[in-house]
Amino acid sequence: MVQFSQEQLTEFNRLVSRYPEGKQKSALLPVLHLAQQSFGGWLSQETLDYVAELLKIKPIEVYEVATFYSMYNLKPVGKYLFEVCHTGPCMIKGSDDIVAYIYEKLGIRPGETTADGLFTLKTAECLGACGYAPMMQLGKHYREHLTKEKVDAIIEECRKNAAANN
Amino acid sequence: MGVKLLLDKAHIEGIRSFEVYRREGGYKAVEKALKEMNPESIVEEVKKSGLRGRGGAGFPAGMKWSFIAKPEGVPRHLVCNADESEPGTFKDRYLMEHIPHLLIEGLIISSFALGSNDTYIYIRGEYAWIPDILEQAIEEAKANGFLGKNILGTGFDCNIYVQRGAGAYICGEETALIESLEGKRGNPRIKPPFPAIQGLWQRPTVVNNVETLSAVVPIINIGGEEYAKIGIGRSTGTKLISACGNINKPGVYEIDMTISVEEFIYSDEYCGGIANGKKLKACIPGGSSVPVLPANLLLKTVKGEPRLMNYESLADGGFATGSSMGSGGFIVLDEDQCIVKHTYTLARFYRHESCGQCSPCREGTGWMEKILKKIDEGQGKMSDIDLLWDIQRKIEGNTICPLGDAAAWPVAAAIRHFRDEFEWHINHPEEAQKRNYGLAHYADPIHVPA
Ligand SMILES: Cc1cc2nc3c(=O)[nH]c(=O)nc-3n(C[C@H](O)[C@H](O)[C@H](O)COP(=O)(O)O)c2cc1C
Ligand code: SF4
Ligand code: FES
Repeated sequence: MVQFSQEQLTEFNRLVSRYPEGKQKSALLPVLHLAQQSFGGWLSQETLDYVAELLKIKPIEVYEVATFYSMYNLKPVGKYLFEVCHTGPCMIKGSDDIVAYIYEKLGIRPGETTADGLFTLKTAECLGACGYAPMMQLGKHYREHLTKEKVDAIIEECRKNAAANN
Repeated sequence: MGVKLLLDKAHIEGIRSFEVYRREGGYKAVEKALKEMNPESIVEEVKKSGLRGRGGAGFPAGMKWSFIAKPEGVPRHLVCNADESEPGTFKDRYLMEHIPHLLIEGLIISSFALGSNDTYIYIRGEYAWIPDILEQAIEEAKANGFLGKNILGTGFDCNIYVQRGAGAYICGEETALIESLEGKRGNPRIKPPFPAIQGLWQRPTVVNNVETLSAVVPIINIGGEEYAKIGIGRSTGTKLISACGNINKPGVYEIDMTISVEEFIYSDEYCGGIANGKKLKACIPGGSSVPVLPANLLLKTVKGEPRLMNYESLADGGFATGSSMGSGGFIVLDEDQCIVKHTYTLARFYRHESCGQCSPCREGTGWMEKILKKIDEGQGKMSDIDLLWDIQRKIEGNTICPLGDAAAWPVAAAIRHFRDEFEWHINHPEEAQKRNYGLAHYADPIHVPA
C-alpha cells in the first residue's frame, strides 16, 4: 500500500497551505511530483487514488492531470532517466548523435529501459537550455554541452551510485 | 558596452545571497515604492517607462496593470510566468539562477502596486533546482522584513509561493497557466473574460513574465522617464536575449535595443560570430514561434536599412519580409543547417505541445509534422508544399489560443523564404539525406564575415 512517510506528509501539508481554504486542489501538480519522487519514480493507479483521497478530490481529477503533463511517468522507469532534448536548437548541435551514442552504449532506444532496470532513455522537447546544447535532464539537474566522453562519465557515475546504494 | 539594468550585478560573487544583494543596493526600490509611493503612482511610473511585456507579446505592462478589476472584498493576485518553454528561450532561467533577489524584489513592488497579498511564481517543472534558489531568496527576504506581514511597517502583507509545472509548453499561455495553478489540465480558457477580471480562482489576476517583473526594480530606482530614455522608440529599456545555435558564444545577453542585428551576431561582446568560420544562413530572432529569416533579410530590411535588435525593426516588413522580437530566443543557423529538418523538429514540438482542445490545432499540427517528416526523409511530393501551406493557413486565427498561430508561422515562414530548399529536397531524395542544400543556391547575397 502506498503511504507518505511522516516527513512526506509534512511536505504535503506545506504544499497545501500555500492556497486559500477550499482550494487545496491547486496543490495537485506539486503533490504528484512529491508522490512520483516518493514512490519509485512513477505514478501507479494506486498512487493516483491515494493522492485524490489526500486532496479530497475525485480520482478522475487526478487522472486527467497525470495524463496531461509529460513529466509524470505512468509506467515504471529505470532508476536513471536520461531525457535528451531533440528540438531544433539541440538538433543542430548534435542531439541525434547523443541519442545514437546512448543506444550504442546501453542498447536502448527512446522509450526503452535497460534489462537491469538501471537506465531509461527518453527524448524531450526543448528544456530551456538551448545555449548549452546538446543536453539532457537527469533527475533534478541538467547535463549540458554533452559529448560522447561526458555521456560515458554520466553512465559510469550512475552505475557507481547504484552500486553504492545497494 | 550598452547600459545594463538587470544583469549588471549578476556576476558579483555571492549575489544570490540577500546580504550581498542588499549591500549592492538591493531592496532600495522596495523601500522607495512602499514608503514614498502608492500603488497608483507605481502603476503610473511603469506606464511612463514604456515597459513592454517580455514574455513574447510585448503588451505594455503599465496598461495591463491598470486593467485589473478591484471589486470590493475580493482578493487579487499577481502571478509570475516562469514557464519559459519556447524553443530558443532560456533568459528567465538565467536571471532566476544568477540574481534571484532581483525577481523577488520586483515581485514585492508589483504585488504592492496590484494589491496582491498572495503572489505565485509558476515555474516549468523541468527547472527543478531553481525553486530551491527562489525559496531561499524568499526566506531571506522574509527574515529581513521585506516579505510576510506588515512589510517595513507599512501594513502591507505579502507572501510569494513557488509552484512547479510538470512539462507542458501550453502552460506558458496565461489562462492555461492559471488552470494549471488551479490543479487542472493546461487547457487555455476562452477570452473574455480576461484574467484581469476573472483569473486565478475567478479573482482578478495579472500574469507577467519573469523579466518584465524584474525590470520594475530599475524603473522604480531610476524613474520611468529615465528608463524610457534607454532604447529607441517604443522599445524602451533593456532586453534579455538568449542566443543559441551555430555561434561562437551562446548565452544570455542584456542589450539596449539600439544595436544592430549584425553587431549582435558578429561582435565579440555578444555572439562572437558564426562558429567554425561558417556563413550565416538563417535566424529565428525571437523564439521558435516567430518567422525564420534568411541572412539577407535578417541583417537588412527590404528598404536596405540595417535591422536593429528591437520590437519595431525586427517586425519591419511584417511577416512577408520581417519577423518579431517575441521572447528574445535568438536561434542562429549556419550554412550547413537544413531548413526542412529544423522546421520538422519545430512542427513536432508544437504537435507534442498542443493541448488538443481545438481541431485545427490538434489535427493540423499532427499533419504538418507528418508531412515535414516525410519530406525530410526523402519521401515528399511536390504537392506536399502546397498542402503544408494550406494547413498552416487553416490553423492560423482559428483557434482558442495563440499556440495555433505559433505552430503555423514557423512553417509558413520556412516555405515563404526557403521554398527552393523544400523543392530540392523533394527532387533529390537521396542526395538530401547526405548533404544540405548549400548556400550557393540562394540568389540573394548572404553575409560573409569580414
Ligand atoms: C503557447 C504560449 C506559450 C507561452 N509561453 C510563455 C512563457 O513561457 N513565458 C511567458 O512569460 N509568457 C508566455 N506566453 C505569453 C503569456 O500568455 C503572457 O502573455 C505573458 O506571460 C504575459 O506577460 P508579459 O506581459 O510580462 O510578457 C505564452 C503564450 C502562448 C500563447
Ligand atoms: S490552439 Fe492548440 S493549444 Fe491552444 S487551445 Fe487550441 S488546441 Fe489548445
Ligand atoms: S532545444 Fe534543447 S534545450 Fe532548447
